[in-house]
Amino acid sequence: MNARRRSIPFRVNAAMAVRNENLREAMRNAAEVFARKRTEAFSSTPFDEWRQEASEIKLAVLKDLAGHVDNFAVNATRAGAIVYRAKDSIEARAIVGGILRDRHVQKVIKSKSMVTEEIGLNGYLEDLGLEVVETDLGEFIIQLAHEHPSHIIVPAIHRTRREVGRIFASQFGIDYCEDPFVLTKIARNILRDHFLSAQAGISGANFAVSESGSVVIFTNEGNGRMVTTLPPIHIVVLTIEKMLPNLATLPKFMRVLPRSATGQGLTSYVSIITGKRKGLDTTGAREVHVVLLDNGRSKVLQGEFFEILKCIRCGACMNVCPVYRLIGGHAYESTYPGPMGIILSTLLSGMTATYSLLDATTLCGACAEVCPVMVPLPGLLRSLRETRVARGFTPLTERGAMIAFALAVRSQPVFRLMQTLFHTALPGASKFVRPLGRLPHCRDDHLMSIGCKPYKFVDDFSKRK
Amino acid sequence: MFQERISFTGDIMRVQFFSTCLVDTFYPQTGEAAVKLLRDFGCEVVYPRGQTCCGKPADSGGYEREARVAAKHFIKVFSGSDPIVVPSGSCASMVKNHYPTLFNNDEYLKTKATELAQRVYELSQFLVHVLKAHEHGFQGQGSVTYHSSCQLTRELGVREEPLTLIRSIKGVEFKPMLYADRCCGFGGVFMLKQPEISMALADDKLDTIIASGADTVTGCDHGCLMNIEDAVRRRGSDIKVKHLAVLLAEGLQ
Repeated sequence: MNARRRSIPFRVNAAMAVRNENLREAMRNAAEVFARKRTEAFSSTPFDEWRQEASEIKLAVLKDLAGHVDNFAVNATRAGAIVYRAKDSIEARAIVGGILRDRHVQKVIKSKSMVTEEIGLNGYLEDLGLEVVETDLGEFIIQLAHEHPSHIIVPAIHRTRREVGRIFASQFGIDYCEDPFVLTKIARNILRDHFLSAQAGISGANFAVSESGSVVIFTNEGNGRMVTTLPPIHIVVLTIEKMLPNLATLPKFMRVLPRSATGQGLTSYVSIITGKRKGLDTTGAREVHVVLLDNGRSKVLQGEFFEILKCIRCGACMNVCPVYRLIGGHAYESTYPGPMGIILSTLLSGMTATYSLLDATTLCGACAEVCPVMVPLPGLLRSLRETRVARGFTPLTERGAMIAFALAVRSQPVFRLMQTLFHTALPGASKFVRPLGRLPHCRDDHLMSIGCKPYKFVDDFSKRK
Repeated sequence: MFQERISFTGDIMRVQFFSTCLVDTFYPQTGEAAVKLLRDFGCEVVYPRGQTCCGKPADSGGYEREARVAAKHFIKVFSGSDPIVVPSGSCASMVKNHYPTLFNNDEYLKTKATELAQRVYELSQFLVHVLKAHEHGFQGQGSVTYHSSCQLTRELGVREEPLTLIRSIKGVEFKPMLYADRCCGFGGVFMLKQPEISMALADDKLDTIIASGADTVTGCDHGCLMNIEDAVRRRGSDIKVKHLAVLLAEGLQ
């Protein structure tokens, strides 16, 4: 995440997204399906019990995160992996670039990873002259379209299949086709050659097991397993909060992660990779490199918002967020969109660029209902708004209005005066500040007829009494 | 659970009524309807004159200091031990759930806020659990659908009470809408700060309201209803938007 000087123009982005009919259609179909599948997947399970357990395990890990990371490093090394520590994006990119350059790698294949998106790895490697091929179908599509993921699980969620058909037609010079089955087959054929010719594979990880030094990857398409086993070199980039204490706790996450993410009881593949290929192993990379990235996590851990580090990146909060599913992920201009994304982006990249994202929520609380690790998302969003106010990132007009509010709210006569002024000024003011036109004015016949006058209720009431 | 805290000491129960600033400013008829209901079911209604706003807009916006000013004023105005009835889920939740978290550095006010929280009821909650208004029944006509507002549902856990009341209106057909508990896009100041998103969400909500086939939409929060009303107005739809208090007061026998 590059530091930007200007803030993200969220309202402009959102207004454009709302008018984008293709996007609206894609979002309506996809987010809806995922949210519904999730509900069905948990329908006969003790969800609250499960998420309580998962949350407790994560909280315990966070209490001694540094210890778990150290243990992981020792155990992964013992299992034959080469472990690196990176404090930020720059270091992580340099480490990965260095490994690939030293081994004269020309082509690298990737399985889906948000962390490599966070550090801008693809662009960096391409600048080094490497060919980088995304092998997750969604990632493959957006790489062709030169876009970034708009969802952490379903990166091309913002594209309809008609658009995917057009992208394929123009990129591969083939006839237009919108049948997902045919399009997938085309992608498979193209990817097969890449799988066989790449000299290195890069993946992220869903979890890292401190006790065994293993990395755990949940995938569906099978590309993840090819990326991590076909090329001789496998590089894993993961952030430190992915730690689990031991393999025994993994099933507690196997039951909540796929259900929350895609509504599946279990993903098609769960890979547990413990070091490099050794002894009688018939598969596995001959070199496994693990880059442990901090990129601001340790700092977040010290602060009041540390619970966001429990997040297991399932995307359920996005699928139910009214704002996200209306406008999609690109409007957030951040690696991670939606409720968890607003929080993480704001904490990791500093508020200067991201404070506008804190408006991207109605605080409806739908996200908290579905979070499988009980991150108090609406509470964190509200607290971050407090930080935003404290740091002076709210508009002057708003701060002025709040000063007036604080004066009026402690005295009913003053409050009534404000009400009267507000009512008097509203019709005129809404000509200049258009959103004010959304409030009920006395301009409406039906409101007039029912007596739209300020504090009429109070007066009538006291007269009767 | 509600009766345990409230004891009928005589035929008359005294309640304090918090109209909410939104009702007071834009929808006085809803406040009157709520008072009419409470009186009709045997309550003596006290309207603490100093009342203003619960501070929710400040709290949601991150203006904690200003929210605290509002909370302190509210605590002062609503003294005593009578139950406090509020015709809004989000305002009731503000007082009940958020006030106690505002005073972590002030033991005295924290205790006060926690005591106050025990006395707060959203109107439909009070009508069903304390006054058993649904047993008495109401009269009406036409068809009604119900929007389940966010704080009412998720923070106060009030899901069935409004439906119980609607179903007790004789002559009214209840037509549930799809995704009733989805946010309508109001979000307090959000309605004005992100009007594009807010209007699009309200439009989606109106679609589900129309699809329900009902002629009237009701709810327990005037914020949402105001946002939905704006969508109705923009589209020129003939859907009627009525707060549950108004719907019930019209149906008093």
